[in-house]
Amino acid sequence: MQENVALSAVPIQLSGIFESVRDPGAGGIDIFLGTTRKTSGGKEVIALEYEAYEPMALQKFHELAAEASGKWRLRKVTIVHRTGRVAVGDISVAIAVAAVHRAEAFEACRWLIDGLKKYAPIWKKELYRDGSEWVDGFTG
Amino acid sequence: MTVRVRLFANLREAAGTAECEVETGSAGDVGRLLDLLCADYPMLMPHRNYLRVAVNRVYARPETLLHEGDEVALIPPTSGG
Repeated sequence: MQENVALSAVPIQLSGIFESVRDPGAGGIDIFLGTTRKTSGGKEVIALEYEAYEPMALQKFHELAAEASGKWRLRKVTIVHRTGRVAVGDISVAIAVAAVHRAEAFEACRWLIDGLKKYAPIWKKELYRDGSEWVDGFTG
Repeated sequence: MTVRVRLFANLREAAGTAECEVETGSAGDVGRLLDLLCADYPMLMPHRNYLRVAVNRVYARPETLLHEGDEVALIPPTSGG
């Protein structure tokens, strides 16, 4: 299994995510994109700001990819998460899995995003017109 | 023994610093370090029961022993994704 994990301070490009996992041995590729929502708890969000404990976040991405490859027959895994300011509607996280068969790609992709949200030391702050607030865990 | 402590997100803002050094005495574990930190930064106290602690980038427990030069991170509930 080949892995590609990163934190990115610049917008995530879908074409690059796809290219990073395309593989002649794969029968299916699943790509999950997390995107930033405009409303949260009735408030209008104008942008989000992501902060990461970068070396540990990258280590967690690597551990998650390695564990997933022990559970499913995966060819390639990419995990990229944004840092810094992300505009509403933009991609905050991308997870791509190329697997031998599609069922494994679906399952691994879901498992990876759930694990990332639980274990990766990354936080988001919602910015409103009249203030800001750190999002309090696991709500996504 | 001195350890380096890193703070993130709401904890960084509450404490007013991203990083500090803490002298834990001759021996110490994560629980003892949190006692000392909450004494130095009382604004961390309300968060104490909700945070996880990582020692050298690995999640630790209150009884995890610390060593000179360890990097300890206070990890509030994560909200990536």
